Amino acid sequence: MSDSPAPLALEHTPGLQHHFADMEQQRNASSLGMWIFLGTEIMFFGGMFLAYLVYRMWYFNEFAAGSRTLNLPIGAVNTAVLICSSLTVALSVRAAQLGKRMLLVTLLVLTILFGLVFLGVKAYEWNEKFTEHHVPGYSFHFKQESTEKPVDQGRAQIFFSLYFAMTGMHALHMIIGVGIFGVITWMAWRGRFTPEYHTPVEIAGLYWHFVDIVWIYLFPLLYLIDRRPHG
Amino acid sequence: MFDNFPLWPVRASTTAGSVDALYIFLVLLSAFMSVAIFIMITIFALRYRRRAGREAEQIDGSNVLEFTWSIVPLAIFMVIFVWGARIFFLERTPPRGAAEIYVVAKQWMWKLQHEEGQREINELHVPVGRDVRMIMTSQDVIHSFYVPAFRIKQDVIPGRYTTAWFRATRPGTYHLFCAEYCGTQHSGMIGQVVVMEPAQYQAWLTGGAASGSMAANGQSMFLQLGCNTCHRFDTQGRGPDLVGLFGNKVQLEDGRTIAADENYIRESILNPSAKLVSGFKPIMPVFQGLVSEEQLTALVAYVKSLTPQASGAAGSPSLISPGKQPQEPKE
Amino acid sequence: MATAVSIAAEREHYLNKEYGIRSWLLTTDHKRIALLYLASITFFFFIGGFFALLIRLELLTPAGDLVQADTYNKLFTMHGVIMVFFFLIPAVPAVLGNFLVPLMIGARDLAFPKINLLSWYCYIAGGILVLHAMLTGGLDTGWTFYTPFSTAFSNTAVVEAGLGVFINGFSSILTGLNFIVTIHRMRAPGLTWSRLPLFLWSHYATSVIMLLGTPVIAITLVLVVLERAFHLGIFDPTRGGDPLLFQHLFWFYSHPAVYIMILPSMGVVSEIVTCFSRKRVFGYYFVAMASIGIAVIGFFVWAHHMFVAGMSLYAALIFSILSYLVAVPSAIKVFNWTATLYKGSVSFSTPMLYAFGFIGLFTMGGLTGLFLAALGIDVHVTDTYFVVAHFHYIMVGGTVMGYLGGMHYWWPKISGRLYPESWGRLAALIVFLGFNLTFFPQFILGYLGMPRRYWQYPPEFQVLNVLSTAGSTILAVGYLLPMVYFLWSMRYGKLADDNPWNAAGLEWKTTSPPPTFNFEETPVVTWEAYNYNELPALEEVRVER
Repeated sequence: MSDSPAPLALEHTPGLQHHFADMEQQRNASSLGMWIFLGTEIMFFGGMFLAYLVYRMWYFNEFAAGSRTLNLPIGAVNTAVLICSSLTVALSVRAAQLGKRMLLVTLLVLTILFGLVFLGVKAYEWNEKFTEHHVPGYSFHFKQESTEKPVDQGRAQIFFSLYFAMTGMHALHMIIGVGIFGVITWMAWRGRFTPEYHTPVEIAGLYWHFVDIVWIYLFPLLYLIDRRPHG
Repeated sequence: MFDNFPLWPVRASTTAGSVDALYIFLVLLSAFMSVAIFIMITIFALRYRRRAGREAEQIDGSNVLEFTWSIVPLAIFMVIFVWGARIFFLERTPPRGAAEIYVVAKQWMWKLQHEEGQREINELHVPVGRDVRMIMTSQDVIHSFYVPAFRIKQDVIPGRYTTAWFRATRPGTYHLFCAEYCGTQHSGMIGQVVVMEPAQYQAWLTGGAASGSMAANGQSMFLQLGCNTCHRFDTQGRGPDLVGLFGNKVQLEDGRTIAADENYIRESILNPSAKLVSGFKPIMPVFQGLVSEEQLTALVAYVKSLTPQASGAAGSPSLISPGKQPQEPKE
Repeated sequence: MATAVSIAAEREHYLNKEYGIRSWLLTTDHKRIALLYLASITFFFFIGGFFALLIRLELLTPAGDLVQADTYNKLFTMHGVIMVFFFLIPAVPAVLGNFLVPLMIGARDLAFPKINLLSWYCYIAGGILVLHAMLTGGLDTGWTFYTPFSTAFSNTAVVEAGLGVFINGFSSILTGLNFIVTIHRMRAPGLTWSRLPLFLWSHYATSVIMLLGTPVIAITLVLVVLERAFHLGIFDPTRGGDPLLFQHLFWFYSHPAVYIMILPSMGVVSEIVTCFSRKRVFGYYFVAMASIGIAVIGFFVWAHHMFVAGMSLYAALIFSILSYLVAVPSAIKVFNWTATLYKGSVSFSTPMLYAFGFIGLFTMGGLTGLFLAALGIDVHVTDTYFVVAHFHYIMVGGTVMGYLGGMHYWWPKISGRLYPESWGRLAALIVFLGFNLTFFPQFILGYLGMPRRYWQYPPEFQVLNVLSTAGSTILAVGYLLPMVYFLWSMRYGKLADDNPWNAAGLEWKTTSPPPTFNFEETPVVTWEAYNYNELPALEEVRVER
């Protein structure tokens, strides 16, 4: 394109974009960009975590009661699934560094599968909420156990509102992550990555780990508020 | 006051003077600073305007100057801060024994009720020289109670009470505005505050057809809703004794101690189990959605009226005349 | 003229390299993207301005007679939403910043050109949603979207407009991301941090706010949309939700957002003041650090919008004192610009007139900020026209003056043409006079107690309102003029030299307009910023025009 390449530019290095001086600059820029983006993501989820914090302090009773109705075994299984997916992501970056294409593709496909399993389980859980009338709105009804302190319906709705907002936003990030990994897998299948150039795998991995970590916080905050036997 | 071109708002409350004093100080300070900077710019720009044969002198800067023009403004700012904070403290600390007005705002009107029971809409009558405290809530969206002549403003928020106070100093009729945007007729949610001489006010108060004081209304609500079956005026009730509750500390079941203010009473009626008093069971029904904001304010006024002196030695829930006598205006 | 055009056509540059709609809509060239932004923000500016004129016309008389109350509410809401989110926030960074950041650091493009283009599409997508919402039902919540009015009471297109602003937020985030990575990773050899032009320091500070603040408003608007559309009840007071929590989250972004709007313009003024007084800026380090200081402290003052909203006395004290702290760096900047003129060689070209206007109006806006930070006075003047006047002095008197000054200063670089200088000076004067006539009376109105967002008002406020309306028509003329002569100059303007002001800075060391990859060779920087001692003033530039 350019009739006047910058002196340092290696014109035909595969994967090097025209405006970078060299591969190192390009790699540094990409990974800095992703780290900064993850910083914005922390602020994004931070808004909801703040709301959670405030209301949990004010309405602990309702939050504890709401939390006890969540399906703990399924939530725990889902946590395990996500941790496994993080492992496959980490291994796929290693495979890319070593240039093992088939291993890389296999691990990426596994990651996508784990992600889809997580989403499927999440959908099942949400469906449970519909049948239990735990979805905020006109049909909301929280049936409390007789041994509990009286639960205020409005405040219980706030718990479930936050539950849906937080897990929903997390699921949206998972869907985007699965999409990104679809593209990465396709690129890996086409042999686009080499031991020298696999930045996309790395930064997609960073994103995936971040989404994973968000869940690692969400799980105890939503499912494990007060699981002690009470009475 | 309805001139065509006023440049200064009427001063009609005790706080208005102190707000104006700081405002005038700031106007003078700002005028001085702006003029100083404009003059400097003008002088520099003209004195050093571009001319053939003269080149700019390169100056890197001066730490002494930099620190001077950081620290001196900061010191001035701190003076303004302390001055402004003192006024704010005054505005936010209602004197003891103030007359109380309950305000319920809704789209797009102000509903006000005096302790003595008089109800008003978009109009508030108050005597000169008496401290008046408003306890306000909203039925729908956020509004803001604003009387420019008193220099007071307070947002009125659904689901809780906010308060403001003033003491009028000059008889007259003043604007009451809603200052927080609240929908279609936001600019129509206006009214007036009529400040009267105490004697006139007394005449106005007795002239109106009040249906009993707020506390008395609250008492009949209290009986009607059956609150008295548990909240008895001895130690035998299944609910806490409410005499002397207001303004005192309450020990909660979870170990915390909180002050029983209007918001606490409000919450405990609407959501009794939220802040359960230590030693009682969560058996009180929820009144959220069952009482209107007006009924709620009457109940709150009643609970507040239950002081040990008022309820008598035997602890029976009888009431003394709740209308406090208006004080003589000072000065 | 014909010969001039043919000479320009000989050399290939970013404007004539390719033609056709595709070459613009799919471009990844930061300069072309800047022009895409220029066209779109100008469009939104005039829509928002049109609403402003209608608002002023309605307020000509105390009675609500020109439009219905609901219409009026929609007018000021759409004026606010469009001007804040679709003009003021992107104006300087997305147009001048996009164009100049790579040029000023000697890079061939921003770090992520495709993401840069994506940011423009986010802006357009958000803009289309908001325009569509405006045409089908409008929006009447005020640009602040306060709950519970926005979630449960408004009958307008809150969901659509909220999503529009949400999507537009990504354009901000992506632009900030690009700037930070570019400034960190792609500076030309020799361009150390202490040699960066102040324009870049202020854009760096702006980007930090964009990145840390915008996601918070994004999630807040999502929660409002979810509450409205799916009955999630996070701010709903009937369920125990807290509408003040919304205000805290909203202002956590929207207060720093005013620094997103003003900081880039401050950077523009630093460039102009140095160039037209032929001097190194007075106290370079202090001006640079003031930008960073504003960005950092600016995150801790948000609740000064809520002093009467029902917060505790002590919280109010803390936010008041922090608000005074953030005023210090702004004062430092004003003093340093003034000191830069001292013993300079000052010319009164159009960009400099705008810079003077900026300093004067920003000073007045800043000083009236001291009134609002004083708790006792804020109680009286908040939510009145005093606040309206204050932020228009900062946003219009500051940001827009800086933006227009920058457009004139860099127009020869952007278009390769000179604008007509005498028209430029005339427009600057008209804007300055019209502005003051529009907004100064509003300070008085505010202290008198006229609340903002009023469709009708008591008759004693009329005279001041008439003055304000009169000023707004003058201001409108002042804003139309530059658009006309900029367009005119694209065809008929004199051809510009590479460096018509003989200004310092890498952007002037390439051709006008620059080639697609900005520089023939990657430049190597061996000089400090604003080395005007090595650059004599071009007398002929001034004389010629």
